Amino acid sequence: MTIDHTAETREITVTVDGRSETGHVSDRTLLVHWLRDALDKRGPKIGCDTGNCGACTVRWDDTLVKSCMVLAAQADGDEVETAAALEGEDGSLNRLQRCFADYHALQCGYCTSGMLMTATDLLSSGEEITEESVRRGMKGNICRCTGYHNIVKAVRAAAGQEVPAPHGCAAQEVESR
Amino acid sequence: MTTEHIAPGTVTRRFTGQAMPRKEDARLLKAQGEFGDDTPVAHLAYVAFVRSPYAHARIAAIDVSGAEQAPGYLGCLVPDEVETLTDPYLELQGPPGDAEVDRCLASGGIARFAGEPVVAVAAETREAARDAAEAVVVEYEPLPHVVDAREAVQPDAPLVHEPVGTNVAFDSLYDWGDIDFAMDNADHVIEVDELHFHRFSSTPLECGAITVEYDAGVDTFTFTGGFATPQLATLNLSVALRHPFSKLRVLSKDIGGSFGLKLNMHIPATAAALLSRKLGRPMRWTETRTEHHQAGGHGNERWFRDVRMAVQRDGTVLGLTYDALDDVGAYTRYEPLGGVIWTQVANACYQLKHLKVHYRSVYTNKGPVHPNRGYSRMQHLWLVERMMDIAAHKLGFDPVEFRTRNYVQPEQYPYTTVNGCVYDSGDLPLSLRKALDLIDYRGARELQERLSGSGKRIGIGIGSTLDSGTNNLGQARLINGELPFSGNTEGGLVRLGADGTVYATTGGVAFGQGHETTIAQVVADMLGVAYDEVQVQRGSDSALSAQTGMSGSYASQFAVTGIGAILNATKKLAHEINLVAASALGCTPDDITLVDGHAVVADDPDRALPFSAVAGIVHFSPADLPPEVADEVGLVGRAVYRAPFEIPDTERKYGNLTLTYATQVHACVVEIDEETGHTRLLRYAMVDDCGTPINPMVIEGQVHGATVHGISAALYEHLSYDAEGQLVAGNFYDYHAATAYDLPSFRYDNVVSPSPFAPVGAKGMGEGGGAPLHALSAAFQDAVGDRAMVLDSCNPPERVLRLLRGLDAERVRVIR
Repeated sequence: MTIDHTAETREITVTVDGRSETGHVSDRTLLVHWLRDALDKRGPKIGCDTGNCGACTVRWDDTLVKSCMVLAAQADGDEVETAAALEGEDGSLNRLQRCFADYHALQCGYCTSGMLMTATDLLSSGEEITEESVRRGMKGNICRCTGYHNIVKAVRAAAGQEVPAPHGCAAQEVESR
Repeated sequence: MTTEHIAPGTVTRRFTGQAMPRKEDARLLKAQGEFGDDTPVAHLAYVAFVRSPYAHARIAAIDVSGAEQAPGYLGCLVPDEVETLTDPYLELQGPPGDAEVDRCLASGGIARFAGEPVVAVAAETREAARDAAEAVVVEYEPLPHVVDAREAVQPDAPLVHEPVGTNVAFDSLYDWGDIDFAMDNADHVIEVDELHFHRFSSTPLECGAITVEYDAGVDTFTFTGGFATPQLATLNLSVALRHPFSKLRVLSKDIGGSFGLKLNMHIPATAAALLSRKLGRPMRWTETRTEHHQAGGHGNERWFRDVRMAVQRDGTVLGLTYDALDDVGAYTRYEPLGGVIWTQVANACYQLKHLKVHYRSVYTNKGPVHPNRGYSRMQHLWLVERMMDIAAHKLGFDPVEFRTRNYVQPEQYPYTTVNGCVYDSGDLPLSLRKALDLIDYRGARELQERLSGSGKRIGIGIGSTLDSGTNNLGQARLINGELPFSGNTEGGLVRLGADGTVYATTGGVAFGQGHETTIAQVVADMLGVAYDEVQVQRGSDSALSAQTGMSGSYASQFAVTGIGAILNATKKLAHEINLVAASALGCTPDDITLVDGHAVVADDPDRALPFSAVAGIVHFSPADLPPEVADEVGLVGRAVYRAPFEIPDTERKYGNLTLTYATQVHACVVEIDEETGHTRLLRYAMVDDCGTPINPMVIEGQVHGATVHGISAALYEHLSYDAEGQLVAGNFYDYHAATAYDLPSFRYDNVVSPSPFAPVGAKGMGEGGGAPLHALSAAFQDAVGDRAMVLDSCNPPERVLRLLRGLDAERVRVIR
């Protein structure tokens, strides 16, 4: 691509959640700001500005990234997937999302999209899913409501493991609620 | 109206008490929630603040000419303008603290903490606003500053607020029982020079976000954002902006956590509103993480000095005395309410008979404190629990037996504390036994012995705590007798739409607690409809009559006040449904029961009317009804819940200050690496008792969350300042909020002691009471025995190493 150094902005085309999106961004526009402000993508959230909290996590081609650490211009020509792409075509929750609901892995919901993106990546990575590996795999995502316990349970349940039911709920009831 | 107690058994509980899946989840999981920074707004402009780099400085000059050159710059707001255009917010305190004037930009042209907003700049984009703010040149004349409350109370200390004439904003002596008698006559007296409860915050993942839209056509400002107390925010904004209350609207949609901290959003909102009016554009301010850590509100830091506890030979604790210096930072925004709120839990979990506390709220040149999960109570609870633990160690009592002996016992409820608060119910000994079973206490002791000398040291800790819920706002009169506050209310609105849909709206404000879920559970049960059929409004709206002046989410109260109001409103709606159905079905209203979305004649179930038909008659065919019924029913139930309180005795500082007391007992086993001081949590258990559960899954989740706030605070989080008054934890690198990898899987159980005072027997419980701080301090103490003393609530590795070397052993004495 030829870069016009006299222009205030540059044109980028990115496939976001399966749709080709073209926009004009300044050199320094962060991917997270472009996704949120230009495209109204509400999956990536901003929780820290320093790459610690993981609320802005998206998939960029084959890499999981914190989208506050990537310039929008860097994604030109690439594919980006946000948490908005996780649901089924009919709008139903996917297995991981259902497990998050079943095991009460979210409260305020602000970290949730980032958690889902990281967990999706972990579950497809081929790594053995254990309590330890889930905790290690999710350590780049901060949640200030749940204490993580139920997030770990939900991810393990999504991997097909048996985990304790939420308090007040019999094990066989969890997914039939 | 009077308080409605919904007697158990009058309502079929299909959903109440069940772990119903949450109504909020689908939108949040599908990235379709709407948080403060999410909403697209046409013609939106952005606000950025220029902030003081100094802890204390006079603003000599402000030059915005550079900003004016920045592309996209729209305009700015400076302190002089704010002085001219606004009036001070409502203040709680009387003299001398009432001489403090707080504004949205450095009040009186003086910055009083590093990070205080000095200039607000508006521009076309987020980036342009930051660039323009960067180009503003402020000339500061640094003033002497004070960052330690102990120095701030010295006579020669720099004054944070000149007009106040002292750094002590609030000074009160609490003296219940006869502490001198207890100290003179007790078998033992333990004395501790000083303990410190450190400064931290729940740091919600969503920082502040406010959008202000000014509609000139109706002269109305609409504020959207995380306002935790919408009517109080509206009042404050009305006063500050000199704008009619009726022409202000405060909305919230989804809120990414508050934990109490978002009670003071009206202050930055004032600046955004002034810019919006001045520039004729909607304005959005989105706080950055660093801004939030600097100025978004900290938890109260507290020094406890000259602490003495009187203990009998048999292990009975008689009483306690201390001097408290509560470091409130540069402004008393919700303070000095903390100076009274701790007295809700004066006795902590114990049968204390004598308590004397000299309490001072002290200004320093640090970020202002806001209410933070466990607000002001957990500091005192930590101190009492610490002293119980220290006394057990110094006097040779078993820590389990010592606590159990002194706990308020199950048969003593309702238990009246030294200051007239009434603990409603509980079973602390059972809770402790369960917690110890969960960590396999005996096995842990064996492990401790086995690992002794291995370089790994085991500590076992217990933390017993209270979560007092549903404030008596009359307690505000203890800080200022002139304040017109008493009791507590919340509002609720439940109605039947034109097609028979059930709608419910609470006056409360949700930021993750699952209000939509628990409301739907209780409404569905009372109206006999399905859980999925109750439409609960997301967020809050000050323009709806659901709210009362006290509305909002604070003080662990929704399960009492919010649910109570919704139940009262539902009852009114049910009455109207009964009236309509009775006239249509030719029976009396008393003959009607509500089952499966129908109004049914109880002894003749074939005669029934679906809610859609009831609604259809009222909304579309009122001529079908007798006039007296048609005139009465609107199919809208609006009600308040009024907590049954009296005004406390301000002379004796005596009276019931909270309606319910949830308890939590935590127990943990930690492993300390003697070489590095690193702490690993091997086992962590919590047993909660918040009365009759409405949704046990939601309760367990909030217990988990409060637990991690406490663990993270006890091990990692510290909003510390250096000697220059610079915050050294301004982001998540320097302020480590615990991650999943730092934590173990939890062991949770509960005890159910229904509250006799609350509508469904449920108690407020979201704050948790800070039990992990107590439990971890006790675990460190257990690990070091009495060779060192744990006198600080934060014990990161460097401090743990010092504990291993005998830190502070000499500061604790058995003087008798």
